[in-house]
Amino acid sequence: MSEHAPAIELTDLDVVYRVRGRDRQVLRGVSFSIRRGESYGLVGESGCGKSTTALAAVRYLPRNGRVRSGSIRVAGRDVVALSRSQLRRLRAEEVAMVYQDPSKALNPSIRVGRQVEEVFVVRGVSRKEATVRAAEVLRHVQIADVRSVLGRYPHQLSGGMQQRVVIAMALAKDPALLILDEPTTGLDATVEAEVLDLIARLQAELQTSVLFISHNLGVIGKMCERVGVLYAGRLVEEGPVDVVLRDPRHPYTVGLLRCIPRGGVRKDHGRLDTIPGFLPSLGEELPGCVFAERCALARDVCHTEEPPLHPLGERHSSRCHFHDEAAQLPRQTPADLEQALRVDRSGTPLVRVEELAKVFHQHGHEVHALDGVSASIWAGETLGLVGESGSGKTTFARTLLGLVAPTAGTVEVDGRVVPARLGQRSQADIRALQIVFQNPDSALNRRHTVRRILRRALKKLAGLVGPAAEARLRLLVHAVRLAERYLTVRPNQLSGGLKQRVAIARAFAGEPRLVLCDEPTSALDVSVQAAILNLLVELQAERQVAYLFISHDLGVVRYISDRIAVLYLGRLLELGPAEVVFEGPHHPYTEALLSAVPTIDGGGRERIRLAGEIPSAADPPSGCVFHTRCHRKVGEICEREQPPLVEVEHGHLMRCHIPISELRELQGKGAAVPV
Amino acid sequence: MSTVSLPLQPSEVSVARRETVQLLLRSPTFVVGVVILGFWIFCAFFGSLVAPHDALDQSFPQLAGPGKYLFGTDQLGRDVFSRVLAGARDIMEVAPAATLLGILGGTTIGLVTGYFRGLVDDAVSRLVDAILALPLVVIAVTVLVALGPSKPTLILVIGFVFTPIVSRTVRAAVLAEGSLEYVQAARLRGESPLYVMFAEILPNVMPPIVVEATVRLGYAIFAIAGLTFLGFGVQPPSPDWALQISDNYTLLNSGTYWWTVLFPGLAIASLVVALNLVADSISKVLER
Repeated sequence: MSEHAPAIELTDLDVVYRVRGRDRQVLRGVSFSIRRGESYGLVGESGCGKSTTALAAVRYLPRNGRVRSGSIRVAGRDVVALSRSQLRRLRAEEVAMVYQDPSKALNPSIRVGRQVEEVFVVRGVSRKEATVRAAEVLRHVQIADVRSVLGRYPHQLSGGMQQRVVIAMALAKDPALLILDEPTTGLDATVEAEVLDLIARLQAELQTSVLFISHNLGVIGKMCERVGVLYAGRLVEEGPVDVVLRDPRHPYTVGLLRCIPRGGVRKDHGRLDTIPGFLPSLGEELPGCVFAERCALARDVCHTEEPPLHPLGERHSSRCHFHDEAAQLPRQTPADLEQALRVDRSGTPLVRVEELAKVFHQHGHEVHALDGVSASIWAGETLGLVGESGSGKTTFARTLLGLVAPTAGTVEVDGRVVPARLGQRSQADIRALQIVFQNPDSALNRRHTVRRILRRALKKLAGLVGPAAEARLRLLVHAVRLAERYLTVRPNQLSGGLKQRVAIARAFAGEPRLVLCDEPTSALDVSVQAAILNLLVELQAERQVAYLFISHDLGVVRYISDRIAVLYLGRLLELGPAEVVFEGPHHPYTEALLSAVPTIDGGGRERIRLAGEIPSAADPPSGCVFHTRCHRKVGEICEREQPPLVEVEHGHLMRCHIPISELRELQGKGAAVPV
Repeated sequence: MSTVSLPLQPSEVSVARRETVQLLLRSPTFVVGVVILGFWIFCAFFGSLVAPHDALDQSFPQLAGPGKYLFGTDQLGRDVFSRVLAGARDIMEVAPAATLLGILGGTTIGLVTGYFRGLVDDAVSRLVDAILALPLVVIAVTVLVALGPSKPTLILVIGFVFTPIVSRTVRAAVLAEGSLEYVQAARLRGESPLYVMFAEILPNVMPPIVVEATVRLGYAIFAIAGLTFLGFGVQPPSPDWALQISDNYTLLNSGTYWWTVLFPGLAIASLVVALNLVADSISKVLER
């Protein structure tokens, strides 16, 4: 093996999956190489072949997958030609992979220590020495209490900690190539930031080559030197990260970048741009440019002739006939809303929550999932709800809906207290509050057709049957931009975005007043996310519906919300108009959350490190619940007294001992975060 | 390693359904199982018609070996081959009926306990445990002695004993489904628990129920044959297989009249094996 060979080099790689008796091409002549010590990002929407590329690199394709032609060389060795034992050695020594879900990467029934030791044992190190080395690598990934972590089982660790262990195992063998497949996608923003920092530091230190796969352009922008954009199994653009993100030269890259709500864009600025159409189905024959069907710049030649990879200097290249026009890609979705958004906060709030508290009893412990949360939502507005996992966002939503009964406090709709439990609520109350779930796969009954799902919702929520229901069904389907031909199919025949449209249609069947959106776009690709967000905003303008929008994606929350509520350990820390909360001065916790988000526009913003992880709600800290992690803790008062939630500015409530004027000074005027 | 599958296009739904059937037909275990099963189902309906002789006719020489009479004759001079063909009738009535009863009862209980959980689940599950703790034979013999052996009683007893077993399988499947959000969505339209259980959850737990049904059917045949052998099941003069064995097994001592026992025994074995083959291949395809 040569020391100078690239860490990995793919040449004209074609991979096919055999599905229902036919070979379907998933990678179409993919070529790229990663130099020693370089970090390379691979982006694209789901189904573009990102993970297939990663799996092919270690010859770990699913049973029905096969490399049809082309070559894969890892550290100079041809992976396709390796024998079984050579392949095993390659995987043991040269390549390491970190997948998205660390809880699945670790064996649940073996202690962490033994699993980490295994990395060394497999390479012939004695058990005794392996134990020492295991502790060493864990210390390397900044795990403080190594001894106790080694003795625990994976489920006793948090997600962030698990991913650290997996990364430690991956780096323990000092691999030539580290493949990271969406390594932080399931993690909270603050934890994600920590893990990304860790990876970046280790990579710089060990000079490992990294193949970083992510759908998140912000993360790629932060982590990688070069980036490749994959579409329908074809590498359509490649170049240095800052060049590609700043000056994209392929319409797909341009479209992707435009779909993302960023730079403080808000719903009243207009709709987000989208990429219309769908990814070609797996293995479709594409004689011309793979993106032609969805491209607003496409001309005749694009449909018939495959564009070559045009070199654009600086190792930047684009596979587009009209790469010099890519930046002028016309908008695919008109920016202007047909109806203006309006919120009138003079009357009674649509929904008012008063001192809501929920205590769960777990193994004799009292878990305060919600503690004295009060908030109001007016018709036609969106209240964004943010906070790390475990902050009580979902419990709040479930309590509003009556799925769980609160321990204390009330929910009012139109100034009238509604019963705590769903079973006691009238059909009108049930109709008023609806929800769109995060995962449309499990939110729709897979055995029912779309028509049956929506007809049933119309019957129960709008009291419609027969021809009247059928007529309303048409309107409803039209309102969520769903073609009528989809009515006869079952959810598993729809793409994620279409499924989410069905779920939205179901929630809107009975003219709801407030729709809770529990991370409705986090399972979707960015182009689909943009379309769904547009749809939600349009429905809001048309129908004066209010949203309670839960999301960990602060760009999305900022786009859609009128006001923002920040939850931490079941307590409301800040509540105010979206602009104010984002621009600051904000609560120190909000400040830390905002600083953790990797953005495409980058900027040399200093990230605020939150010490440790979110404390257990079973044993919340005394005084201000945030004091254990607060970077602006003033002193003993924070540990002793819980600060009251006070209105620090007009309509801006905050729970902090530091006066607003001081916060303004501390956070500086220029510290506004460009999410 | 997993395989990659495709989301289906609308026109491909029927294709996928046909595919399930094709996958089954391509599996040799399924085909062999179905052929044997089909043969015995045919015999259950028409066995006495296609048999060369009347199963109860005692006019033949006693204990003649296989030869002129294909499977020989028994000690009362009845044709064993005819009796094996005709003997499918009773067991093929009682076993499916008992299984159906057990599946219906078990599915209902499984849905209720799995959906409501909490106190209902605790109470019913302990009761289920209690029933499962008793050996099948003890319950069955007690009831059959008390009520007198008859086919309806047999069906009720086997169905009753199967109910808790099926309910456990169904409960586990329902628990997994119940955590999915479409169940919450149904509750958020104000659906009744009955609707949620039977219209929303039940269709999604059908695959394990189908597999359970085929497995139970095999056990039902076992159980009925056993009870019949002991004299608590199907009553004479039926040509039932287990009854034939029970009538003739004492002759085995002499070592010569094996055909009176072997052929009905093979019949039972082939039917149970066939059912297991079918159950195996169905569960493989459905849980693929």
